[in-house]
Amino acid sequence: MSLLLSIDLLAPYDFGFFERGMVAATLAGALCGVLGVYVVLRGMSYIGHGLSHAVFGGAAASAVMSINFFVGAGIWGVVSGVLIGRIARRRILGADAAIGIVTTASFAAGIALLNRYGQARKSIEAVLFGSVLGVSWGDVAAILVVGSVVAATLVLAYRSFLFATFDPQVATVSGERVALIEVMLMVMLSGTILVTMRVIGTLLISALLVIPAATARMMTNSFSKMLVIAPVIGAGSCFIGMNASYHLDTSAGATIILISAAAFTAVYLFAGRRARSRVASLHHI
Amino acid sequence: MTILVRCDATSVAYEASYALENVTMHVHRGEFVGIVGPSGSGKTTLLRAITGAVPATRGSVEVARGTRIGYVPQVESVDWNFPITVGEVLTMTRTRRRWPTITAAEREEMSHMLESLGIGGLQDRHIRELSGGQQQRVFVARAMFGNPDILLLDEPTSGVDVRTRHEVLHLLHDLHGKGATIVLTTHDLNGLASHLPRLVCLNREVIADGPPRETLIPEVLERTYGAPLHVLEHGGMPIVLDHDYEASEVLRETAHKLRNERKLSR
Repeated sequence: MSLLLSIDLLAPYDFGFFERGMVAATLAGALCGVLGVYVVLRGMSYIGHGLSHAVFGGAAASAVMSINFFVGAGIWGVVSGVLIGRIARRRILGADAAIGIVTTASFAAGIALLNRYGQARKSIEAVLFGSVLGVSWGDVAAILVVGSVVAATLVLAYRSFLFATFDPQVATVSGERVALIEVMLMVMLSGTILVTMRVIGTLLISALLVIPAATARMMTNSFSKMLVIAPVIGAGSCFIGMNASYHLDTSAGATIILISAAAFTAVYLFAGRRARSRVASLHHI
Repeated sequence: MTILVRCDATSVAYEASYALENVTMHVHRGEFVGIVGPSGSGKTTLLRAITGAVPATRGSVEVARGTRIGYVPQVESVDWNFPITVGEVLTMTRTRRRWPTITAAEREEMSHMLESLGIGGLQDRHIRELSGGQQQRVFVARAMFGNPDILLLDEPTSGVDVRTRHEVLHLLHDLHGKGATIVLTTHDLNGLASHLPRLVCLNREVIADGPPRETLIPEVLERTYGAPLHVLEHGGMPIVLDHDYEASEVLRETAHKLRNERKLSR
């Protein structure tokens, strides 16, 4: 008890880098949480995982070629996302095979590029695990811009996205441009990964896309409520995780994911059997 | 009468094999048409071609300009675990309204629609909490909520119990009575098809097209299903019996003989 009281909870806020990291992480958590609802309900968890790896290739290429990080990695990520979507939809390959090939090749290209031309270890670690020290107000602004675009899109086209997610076949028959909605989702997903990867890291982003949404699914049977609960859990996990990481001297990304996993476990344990069955029925791809 | 759907010599191929070949079928406004045939006969493909989801490889599928299509998928294809209420299922089709919330006018219209289909007051219930008949009605309601000119239903009684099948049949007859144009696919010859005014027997191509009295006959059914089927008439309606009919006849005759033998032995 005395140990807890002796912790100065405001101590990390003496550092400017921590403040920036905190704001960026909390916004990133909310953004990943809201998009995660679509990722989880559409069975795209593996796509989120794969895309974060694909964007790593773009980040490496832009570092090596001295191109702006957001431009290089952004173009790479969007192209990868659209490519995966097209390959999977046209059934050139199975969805999991398409994701596996495109994203691991992209990830491997990133590592090879950084090995050959870059400051390999430092750059790779920063992108893989995130770096609170490296977060600038520019990064915060980028998350805000992408978050605003995502929020506006999902609110203004709420029914179209819901229709295409719940019943793509009938949505197509009803005149909805389902293919366009899928591309928009991929672009938003790529953009989200792009702006959040410097905080959370490539390897852990997919967890933040899945865990808050899966936790929210156990807590409600309503789609619109999930869209509120998931970002709250995502932002809360990031806020608590960031503070905990400072006091425990652990990696911010890893601590954030452990906190969100703990939230998931707590809800899973205390939710009833019916609530637990809701996550059991979620698709994998 | 206005033709809403015109399939002329329509063929649809998936990769190298044809799912439909040279199908000619017209649907007029106000008609109630059942498409019957064995699994893989192209029933769903024909519906999908009408909706424009699959293109005709040869021939043409024309839907009258401005025709709004209401499509009811097979209940087996619905994700019943999706977090969604009956109200959200209905309003998701109104995508012209950009804002997520349901307006008061929509809520009133939805109440009337659900009431007219016998599922009033269920708009806030999760779709999984409903009975089989109610679930089927919700998806008919969704299709109707878009004010369609023609209603397409894919196997509306597939995987449902007898009571639900009766409910669906009554519902569709009611809608047809109110002027709706309906096209459905079914493999349920006795429970559904024989109650419809017009049947199209399909096995990649149209085998027969007409009322049940003309289409549910042994010659047509054998060509459609590739196996001999018996047809009895009961109350003026055809009843189709599969090959087990012969076995049941043998059993019945044997039982009859046994009863007679017992009577004689007494």
